[in-house]
Amino acid sequence: MTTATFTGQSEEPAPGSQASYLTAEGFTLRSWLLTKDHKRIAILYTISITLFFFVGGAAATLIRFNLVTPPGLFQPDTYNRLFTMHGIVMVWFFLIPSIPTTLGNFLIPLMIGAKDLAFPRLNLLSWYLFVIAGVLGLIAIGAGGVDTGWTFYTPFSTMYSNGYVVLALAAVFVSGFSSILTGLNFIVSIHRLRAPGLTWYRLPVFCWSNYATALILVLATPILAITLALVAVERLLKVGIFDPALGGDPLLFQHLFWFYSHPAVYIMILPGFGVISEIVPCFARKPLFGYKFVVWSSIAIAGIGFFVWAHHMFVAGISLYAGLVFSLLSYIIAVPSAIKVFNWTATLHKGWISFDAPMLYALGFIGLFTIGGLTGLFVANLAFDVHATDTYFVVAHFHYIMVGGMVSAYFGGLHYWWPKITGRLYPEWWARIAAILIFFGFNLTFFPQFILGYLGMQRRYASYPPEFQIWNVLSSAGASILAVGYALPLFYLGWSLWRGQKAGPNPWAATGLEWRTPSPPPPHNFDVTPTVTRPPYQYRPDPEPQDV
Amino acid sequence: MSETPLAPQDLGRLHLEPQYATARQQAETAAFGMWVFLATEVLFFGGMLFGYTYLRATFPEGFAEAARETHVIIGTINTVVLLTSSFTMAWAVHAAERDRRRATALLLAATALLGLLFLGLKGLEYYKEWEEGVVPGLNFHKDGPNAHVAAMFYYLYFMLTGVHGLHVTIGIGLVALMAVRAWRGGFSARYYTPVEVTGLYWHFVDLVWIFLYPLIYLAGRSGP
Ligand code: HEM
Ligand SMILES: [Cu+2]
Repeated sequence: MTTATFTGQSEEPAPGSQASYLTAEGFTLRSWLLTKDHKRIAILYTISITLFFFVGGAAATLIRFNLVTPPGLFQPDTYNRLFTMHGIVMVWFFLIPSIPTTLGNFLIPLMIGAKDLAFPRLNLLSWYLFVIAGVLGLIAIGAGGVDTGWTFYTPFSTMYSNGYVVLALAAVFVSGFSSILTGLNFIVSIHRLRAPGLTWYRLPVFCWSNYATALILVLATPILAITLALVAVERLLKVGIFDPALGGDPLLFQHLFWFYSHPAVYIMILPGFGVISEIVPCFARKPLFGYKFVVWSSIAIAGIGFFVWAHHMFVAGISLYAGLVFSLLSYIIAVPSAIKVFNWTATLHKGWISFDAPMLYALGFIGLFTIGGLTGLFVANLAFDVHATDTYFVVAHFHYIMVGGMVSAYFGGLHYWWPKITGRLYPEWWARIAAILIFFGFNLTFFPQFILGYLGMQRRYASYPPEFQIWNVLSSAGASILAVGYALPLFYLGWSLWRGQKAGPNPWAATGLEWRTPSPPPPHNFDVTPTVTRPPYQYRPDPEPQDV
Repeated sequence: MSETPLAPQDLGRLHLEPQYATARQQAETAAFGMWVFLATEVLFFGGMLFGYTYLRATFPEGFAEAARETHVIIGTINTVVLLTSSFTMAWAVHAAERDRRRATALLLAATALLGLLFLGLKGLEYYKEWEEGVVPGLNFHKDGPNAHVAAMFYYLYFMLTGVHGLHVTIGIGLVALMAVRAWRGGFSARYYTPVEVTGLYWHFVDLVWIFLYPLIYLAGRSGP
């Protein structure tokens, strides 16, 4: 192959004289909707997923309303539509894109010292796909909703459901391509655009975690896409391979669905690991303990995550032998997750800890994720799962990880990098109040659900026996606290956009390339491509010089 | 080759984006991006191939019976057509690398035409299948004890070849676009990344067919 090289400098304004990414292209709608700047695309994503967070949250509110009294408020059919809408919106339109498309899009190029992602147009395209998918989803909801649960199990989804299943499938299908393009961009950028001196082992863990996530996005999402397409065709033409009445096999659907969806649960936690691994060293003023272990455990999770899917099918009719193997593999995948918890804890040990809001979220994350992970081991146990499957125990398990873990990490990261993104400091006192409310509200909402599940309350029913009421009332009470906690940042972060104190380039005295450029950063991130000379997180004993 | 500075008229043609330091970095990154995309594609087809394998293992006889009735002659000709198109594609990239503008454009055009031929033959096959009444859901008139298995086989057959055909169609569009750009002198030995990347995609589409061919046409004809 010929190797043509062009080493001219592209034109750069003089340092200090330039506008930030927020002002440089102007304020017109057009400049936002046609932008190729990864930072602006991150903002577009943030606005979109915030919207969906509140749509999904509205459904959750109604679900908790319904469950305050044993007979329930809504018709069962309405209730089915509510929890389905909640699941679909929260999984595909909030949690999967949450950290990667917002903080990831914004920060990865900054952290690797690049001017943008490798394929900026593809990045914008992925946002448009997301919007199209979101509109399809909202139409499905507006038209009357779907009652299949987020899992679209066949043959219910293909033959019996009377909801707008095909529209919802189309929405998830399109959102899948948006995810794939984001993942592709991350993988390629991290491989190819790292600044001079930024070796793999100098890469911040946030990049590693998003890299591991991107691997899953690229390798698992297509399976979901094609599976959902097959379901849609089967529903439309009444031919196919999943419905037993046609000779097909519903277990085949479950295998395909979980072959995507178990790895997908790691899409919904690995980026959170990345955020926590940035915050903990900064607020403990210590290097991350066991950097290489943290890094490789992310990669291990991404890899092993592809081989545990059938633990969602223990009672669906797989063989006992298969059950044993998948149970064992599920135990194994808990090991790398535990390694991370140990590493964060060890980082705290003898640290100079300060309890700013990002750190509060991070500490909350560590505790809640640990509970979620440990109860994962409970349900990975064959005998226990026969008792717990399809109960609120499972619901509590995954909410501890997805909400207690990932949403906390997202909020933590949003606060931590808020000064970088907006150039303003957020009001610390309010932020701490919100973090504390969220932590307590969360536990009050979901801990009772462990008890409910253990006592035998089934998930996905609109009504329940009266003896379960007390725990349900506690849970709904917790949910209202949680709702306040989640709504607060909307106000004080919004306020800080105009009134917040101006942030310097590095308000946390943090390491990492993103802090070595003005806040908010200029359009192409760095005046001069930075050079990296040392490993990340050099907080002590030798803080990183600020003037490099 | 040595990294000599470029003549000014070449600079514009490199389309160097700001996030890249050198044209070489940009070119290699584009190719790498295509590889990652193809990894996604492998899994996309993989989901259906898993379904095929799973069901064929469950219903070996019904699958063999249905697969015996596929149009192996057309399938075989189509295999030859696609393999030839991969050859012309590879040759086109080779020509582009050597700055042979006309050869590049003509070879790309040949590739696109072979792709069209493939689609035409595939369409003929679909037409025959419609006549035979083996299109599940729309026109299916088989009976017998294994009819429902045949329906699943043909369902997967249409899904697999349909999605593959969609890929061929996109590929033809891309290759034709490259042919036009090449003809107009849009590429040079220093800048032909789009041709190369399109080539990767085209070879992949061909490779998928190499997997589909035995699964569809030969499965029922092997053995006693
Ligand atoms: C520590 C490793 C983990 C193990 C061993 C584990 C194990 C399990 C098992 C066995 C089930 C099935 C329970 C049943 O249906 O009866 C389950 C369900 C679930 N887990 Fe986990 N899990 C782990 C981590 C995670 C993580 C990190 C997430 C999300 C970020 C997650 C999200 C879920 C979800 C969403 C479900 C329920 C799916 C549904 O049926 O709707 N899990 N987990
Ligand atoms: Cu799982």
